[in-house]
Formats: sequence, C-alpha cells, structure tokens
Amino acid sequence: MKAIQHIGLSLFLAGLAIFTILPFIGSYELSTEKLDEIVQNKGIKSELFVKNLQESTVGKEFSTPFTFSSNIVSAIEDANEKHEANQEWDKKIWEKKHSFSYAIAKDIGAGPVRENKGLFWFLTFGLGIIGALLFIIPQLYLKPIPGIKNNGIWHSAATNRGWIGWFVFLFLVGFYILLYFFPDYIVNWTYIVDPISQSISGNMASQWFLYGFLYCVVMVVMGIRMYIKYRHNKYQMLRTTSVLFFQIAFAFLIPEIMVSLEMPWYDFKNAFPLDYDFFFEWNLKTLVNSGFIGIFILVWGTVLTIVVVPVMVYFFGKRWYCSWVCGCGGLAETLGDPYRHLSDKSLRAWQIERWLIHGVLVFAILMTGMTLYAYFMEVDTVFGIKTQLVKDTYGFLIGSIFAGVIGTGFYPIFGNRVWCRFGCPLAAYLGLVQRFKSKFRITTNGGQCISCGNCSTYCEQGIDVRAYAQKGQNIVRSSCVGCGICSAVCPRGVLKLENGPDDGATRHQVPEVILGNDVNLFEMLEENK
Amino acid sequence: MEHIVIIGNGISGVTAARHIRKLSDKRITIISAETEYFFSRTALMYIYMGHMKFEHTQPYENWFWEKNRIELKKGFVTHINDASKELVFANGETMNYDKLIIATGSKPNKFGWPGQDLDGVMGMYHKQDLETLEKFAPNNKVCKRAVIVGGGLIGIELAEMLQSRDIPVTFLVRENSFWNGVLPAGESAMINEHIKEHHIDLRLGVNLQEIKADEHGKVKSIIIKETGEEIACDVVGLTAGVSPNVDFLKESNIELGRGVKVNRMLETNVKDIYAIGDCAEQHEAIGNRRPIEAVWYTGRMMGETVAQTICGNPKEYNPGHWFNSAKFLDIEYQTYGWVFGERGRPEYEQHFHWKHPKKHLCITVAFHKETHEFLGINTFGIRMRHHAFDKWLTEKRSVEYVLAHLADANFDPEFYKLHEKDIVAQFNQEHHTNILLKKRSWKRIFQFS
Repeated sequence: MKAIQHIGLSLFLAGLAIFTILPFIGSYELSTEKLDEIVQNKGIKSELFVKNLQESTVGKEFSTPFTFSSNIVSAIEDANEKHEANQEWDKKIWEKKHSFSYAIAKDIGAGPVRENKGLFWFLTFGLGIIGALLFIIPQLYLKPIPGIKNNGIWHSAATNRGWIGWFVFLFLVGFYILLYFFPDYIVNWTYIVDPISQSISGNMASQWFLYGFLYCVVMVVMGIRMYIKYRHNKYQMLRTTSVLFFQIAFAFLIPEIMVSLEMPWYDFKNAFPLDYDFFFEWNLKTLVNSGFIGIFILVWGTVLTIVVVPVMVYFFGKRWYCSWVCGCGGLAETLGDPYRHLSDKSLRAWQIERWLIHGVLVFAILMTGMTLYAYFMEVDTVFGIKTQLVKDTYGFLIGSIFAGVIGTGFYPIFGNRVWCRFGCPLAAYLGLVQRFKSKFRITTNGGQCISCGNCSTYCEQGIDVRAYAQKGQNIVRSSCVGCGICSAVCPRGVLKLENGPDDGATRHQVPEVILGNDVNLFEMLEENK
Repeated sequence: MEHIVIIGNGISGVTAARHIRKLSDKRITIISAETEYFFSRTALMYIYMGHMKFEHTQPYENWFWEKNRIELKKGFVTHINDASKELVFANGETMNYDKLIIATGSKPNKFGWPGQDLDGVMGMYHKQDLETLEKFAPNNKVCKRAVIVGGGLIGIELAEMLQSRDIPVTFLVRENSFWNGVLPAGESAMINEHIKEHHIDLRLGVNLQEIKADEHGKVKSIIIKETGEEIACDVVGLTAGVSPNVDFLKESNIELGRGVKVNRMLETNVKDIYAIGDCAEQHEAIGNRRPIEAVWYTGRMMGETVAQTICGNPKEYNPGHWFNSAKFLDIEYQTYGWVFGERGRPEYEQHFHWKHPKKHLCITVAFHKETHEFLGINTFGIRMRHHAFDKWLTEKRSVEYVLAHLADANFDPEFYKLHEKDIVAQFNQEHHTNILLKKRSWKRIFQFS
C-alpha cells in the first residue's frame, strides 16, 4: 500500500511538473493578416499601436509567451501614453493589457500543446488525478478502522508550515498571480481544457474556464479524501457531497450551459456581496438586456441576499451557505482540510478579524451604494470620487488579492479559511445574523470537557472553541461556519452543532449545575451582592 | 493583602486560582516544577501523536496570567513550615503564604518491579514523560516494540500513542478482561475486541515479573510472571494506576493517608492549608465515590469549591451526580450516574445491556431491581447529553421513563443514525414492557431545573 502511495505521489508530481513547464512550450508568431484582423475585430483606432507592433512583433517568432506579451503590453502602453497626452480618447485602448494580449496569444499560439490538447490534458490533469487518487485511496487500507486519525499532522513538513508548506504556498500564490494578472502567460493551460469547454458551451476555454474546471477537479479529488477521512461521520459525508454538488452544478456547469444558450454567465448560488460586481453597471446592463432570464437573475440575486440568506441563517446558521454551498468554502473544506489547524487562535487574531471582515463589508456596501447611485443618476462620480476607481480598487485588492492570492495561496501558512474569516463580506453579513438572530449554536455537553484543545486546534476559523466548552458555555460566534470538525475531533463527545430554540438563555448557556458541582454559584453570587 | 499560594498548576490548582480571582482581589501565586504554564494533561498524548503541539494544550494564552494578576512561580517545594507559614524550595528560596492550597496531583504507580527505573521505562503522566518517550520511541526503528504494563485509561492511551507511529505494542493487563473492575462484562469484552482489531498484542490476566536491562542499563526485554515468556522491547510503559503525589509532605505536620487527608471543606488538619484534586483524600468516601478521585472533573469541582471557602463562602465539596468519559482508541465512552462492573456492584443494581449487532456501539443502563429507579448509564460510541441524565438522576426517574425519553439525550452529530428504537424494543422484549419511545422535544431538553 505504501508503494502504491509512492507511485501515486510520483505520478502526481510528474503531472504537476509538466503543468508547470507548459507555459514555456510552443511559439507565438503574429502575422500581418492576423494583426489586421484583430485591429478590425476590436475596432482599434490607434495607428501608433499597430505601428509599434509591426516594428516589434509582426513576423517574428517568439518561443515563450513572456516577450511576446511584453511587446504587446508595451505597444499598448506606449500608444496610450501618447494618445492621453494628445487627449485622443477614442484612440486609447481601454481593455486590460494582459487580457488584450491573452486574446491574441490564445488565437495565434502554436506548438505541441495546442496540437495535442488531449495528450497534454492527460499528462497534466490526468496524471495529477490518477496520482492523487493512488495516494489517497490506500488510506482505506492503511487505516482500516474509521475514526479521527490526525496522526503526524504537526510532524509533517507539508502541514506544519515546513518547507513543503512554503513550497505549496509559493506555487499557489504564483498560480493565482498568473491567473488574475497575466493570463497571456498561461494560454497553454487553457488549450488543454479547450475540448472540454467546447463540449459544454461550444466556446474555447478562457483562463476562467480553466480555473473553474481545475477548481472542480481539485474539489472532487480532495472530496474523495474527505469521504475516506470522515467516513464514520455522516455530517461530514453529506456536507462534502453538498459542496461538490453546488460547485460542479451551480458554479461550473449551469453557467457554462447558460452561455451556450446565449444567456448571461451566472452562478445562482453566488450571493452578493461575495458576488461583489452583481450591482455593477455593466452587469445590470447585461441583465436588463438579456430578456426574461436577465430579469429573473436580477430578482433572484436580490432576493437571495435580502431574504433567502438571512432566513436560512436564522434556521440553520451560516453553515448552510459557508460550508454546504459556497464555492470558496467548498475549496477550503476539501483542498484546505489538511491545513485547517494552521489558523491563528489568539485573541489578537480575533480582534484583527473583526476589524478586517467588517471593514470589507462596509467597503462593499459603500461601493455598491455608489455604483447604484451612479447607475440610476447616470453619473461617473459620487462625492467627487470616480466610481470606476473604487470598483477597480475593490476588484484588485479584495476580489483578486484577498480572495484569491491570499485566500487560497496562504492555505499552507495561515490555514484554509483566511478569506472566509478575515475578508468575505458575505460571511460578515451572515455572521451578524448568526450572532444576533439564529437558532444555530454549538452546544457544550455539560461538564465533559477536558480542555484538551483538539476543537480549538482544528477550528479553521480560529475560534477558541475550548474557551467556551471548558466553561460549559455554548459557542455562539459570528465567524463559525459550522463545518462540524470541532465536534468530530472531540475525544469526549462534548460538542454538537444544533438548531435549537432561539430564546436567548438556552442558546448561550447550558445549566450551571452541569459542571458537576452542586454549589449553586449563581445563588451564591446573588447572596453576596 | 492576603496571599494565596497554590502548589500545582494542574486543572485543580488553576481552577481554584481562577475562581479566587473572580471572587476576590487576593494575591495569588501558583507554583509548579513541571511547566511554566498550565496545560491540559489529558492532551499530552496528542502531542506525541502529532495532532497538536504543546502550545495547543495550553487552555489560556500566556498573557492571561499577568492580566488576571495570577503570579506564576517555577520551583519545587521541598518543605512546608506551617508554624511560620513558609514554603522552602529545592534551591533554598522561601515564600510566605497566608493560605496554602496543595494541588500536586498524582504520580504513576510503581510496584517495586525489578528494573522499574531502567532507561526506557516510563510512566505517562508528566510533560517530562512525554519527552522521555520521544527520546526512546521516536519511531519504529529506534523502538521496535513497546510493552505497556497496566490496563487502565492511561495504558490504552499510551498504546494508541505508540501505534500512531507504527510501533508494535504488547499490552499486559492483570485483569482477565480490559478495565473490568469498572466496566460491565459486555463492554469490557467489546473493548478487548477493539484493542485486538488495532493489532495491539493484548495479553489478559498476566503480570510483569521483571524488566531486563542491556549492557547500557537500558531496557531490553520483560518477563511475564505467569508464563515466563520473555518479550524483547525498547520501551516499557508503566501505567498501573496513579497515586497522590505527596512525598514532599512526609516531613510536614499535614496528616497523610495515601493522599492528603481532607474534610468535606477540603481543609487539612493544619489551619489555612487545603488540598484539592488528585492528591486529596477524603476522610470518608462521598456516596459511591472513592476517597481519592483522580479525575479531571473532580479536580475542577474541588478547585471551584475551595475558592468559595477561601473567599469567605465556606462550602462543602459536594460533587453532583457522578460522570466521566474516556476514549478507547476509536470508541468514545461516557458515563452518567453509577454503573458498576462485576466488582463492587450492589446487589440491587440490575443492568440492561444493548449492543449494536455489527458496530462498536453499546449502552448499559443500571437501575434498581425493585424500584426500577434509574441509577446510571454507560454509553460507548453514542454521545449522550449530560444534563438530560443529570436531571433524570436528580428527579429519580424510572428506567422506563429514561428509555421512553432517550431521544432527548442523544448528542451525536446531526444526521447520525439513531438507535433508540432498537434499544427500547430490546428492553420491551426482555422486560415484557410496553415503553413507547417519545420523539425528541426541544422543550423538554431545554427545560433547565
């Protein structure tokens, strides 16, 4: 079994290595005709840009995307600079430089990857999946008796912020930076999923399709790991199934199918303000111009945030969303599970958390207010601030850096819920409902706590669960996503996630007699007043 | 300001300190020779197993103590001079107290086995034991086999620890079934099975004859008394129970039995000196309890109680209904009220035992043969709600009532398969009763008395 695991690990690493070197393979050559076609299709009016490209790029073969991209980017920058100086706004190229470059590179890229999409899919995704499963499935035989087996987690360099953890961190951060900011470098990655994209929506794969597909693959593979690890725990089994279902159906397939039916791309479970651009002008315009389905989405998206989300949180806690439905949560609960113990449990981290996450919520609401005002009043600035600047800032800082680069990239360092805990505005909103008006709580089982600390250690949200449990208090915390792992790892059966009566007293406290000592402390405190 | 000094920073001492701080402004000092900060002793196993690091076993962050004005002193008390109310430390330092709480816990039992002090022979109680184990059993290359002597809760935990590093374990248990001094036969048998299922070499009904040394004074093998069999091993874990850690008091005026003798106020014979937790011994046992209760929960209760007394609300130690819990490898165990094993079972105590046909799940309900009053429950693999049983015990409910309302007591995670129906059906069949299982009721569950 160990041997099979080693083979699996080797295959996985081979797949990963091939995936990593793919961007360096192939060539990019822009012909005069192609350039003309692009100029025509994109309606480019800048002769300067065309001239720049003709001088620097056309007719030359580039063996990596990097110089090719930098030529296009500098052609745009150079042209834009001069057009801005001359106030020739119609000639300026407004599109994001690397997206512009991506579209060209995707179109003209050549080489073995593009010619053998299936083969390279197998050599990367295929080997990765097979390798990972060969590594994961033998656990069934190596640990044949179900139960909590967190053995060696703090001894392994992969999970104790050791060198493997730092390596994974660099890899993930690098991946997200490429994905968000340099898509033109990774056209080869998108080629290998073209056939899949075409079979679903008929379109070639964008970097976002690649990301969506990779996301689903990673979640399924790591979901299988969850199924094996928690096979004795039905709550975890159902929860894992739920996040896999919502990711694959709602976040991946349905939007792609909608696109193939010429409907707008929409993830029906992605609620505002996590879906921060839902109320942006461009989205509202798209929806309004998309007929019935557009209006339906507009109404659904609004009702989802204003009615469905808080009502469901009232009955079930924010877990219904954060650890049963949400895509970010889904990745955190599958890919991120091996890193859950790395969250910071200190009081200081909690203080930072509250400022940050509510700060992001306020930012998102103010931004949306501004953008809606701008939309209805048909202006670009509110209080003298350009709404576009605010939106771009949010998109860059929160949408890309926080949610992606930090949110996932930092899994091996700060744990798997960095985004959900410190950044997600939807989680902040759900948290407020959960904290103040909900039936959900984690009940502490009387006096049975032995303060061992497993619950706190394995809380991905950094809640010091033990601090409540050892006092015989129920856990009512806005940040709790109800993953249920504290209850699973508790060796004494102390914690239970429940939706009980929302009557104030019993939601927060268990009866004081339960600590076992029938000194009535409350009565005594009264007497001593 | 009155100076309260507590010797021992375990759960008892720390609970006392916290509650004294809650109730008063007195100066508080906690002394420990073991560690700088309080940690959960019950969690030591998880450090070796790699589930946690030592810092995770500390229930309070390090700033907690200063913020709550609880002074921490690292040192080993060798002598108590009660006339001058002075403590003497091993390094010659002294400290004065106004009131002293002894909360020094336990130490592992050693029964004078030949070789019991060799290198590689250890208990599993102190943080230092963990360091020793890490030294002698870092992996299965250095430690090719370990032998554990004594089939109690610490023994099985040590077996689980070693097993987490794939170290083969031979487990010597004096009784003819695991922990059957406490557990009824069916439960004990199920644990035997589970231990073997984990490929632990369980030897029942055997004793240790001697531990043999190699040329470097390190353990090399053990001999079993009954069979004379020699088992080669690199580590021997001595886990045959614990006894009060009170040797340093032998020269003092404090009355000792096996532990520090205390009355119900947790006072020793010497004025202003109290003892709590594992090291305290009641003059007379309380109810069915033992005079010395080496249990996390009772330590915590005594700490709470003594804090009341010291802060001017004299209270007797008056533990509520008995409860306890443990985990045997993968099987969780909880108990509420009294369920006796074969040993010491009162003649009026009747048992109802239910076991899942396939899984390691079972319960034993104890009730009074004549009155049918519910006396207690042992539950394995099914979590149960503490306060439900606490309430039923206080209300002296009948076994029939408890079974009818069993769904209220279930504490398993959501979506788990429930077994109350099967349990009640079996009881009905065995006792020709007609109990109807009631649906779980939030109203009843949260009706706190």
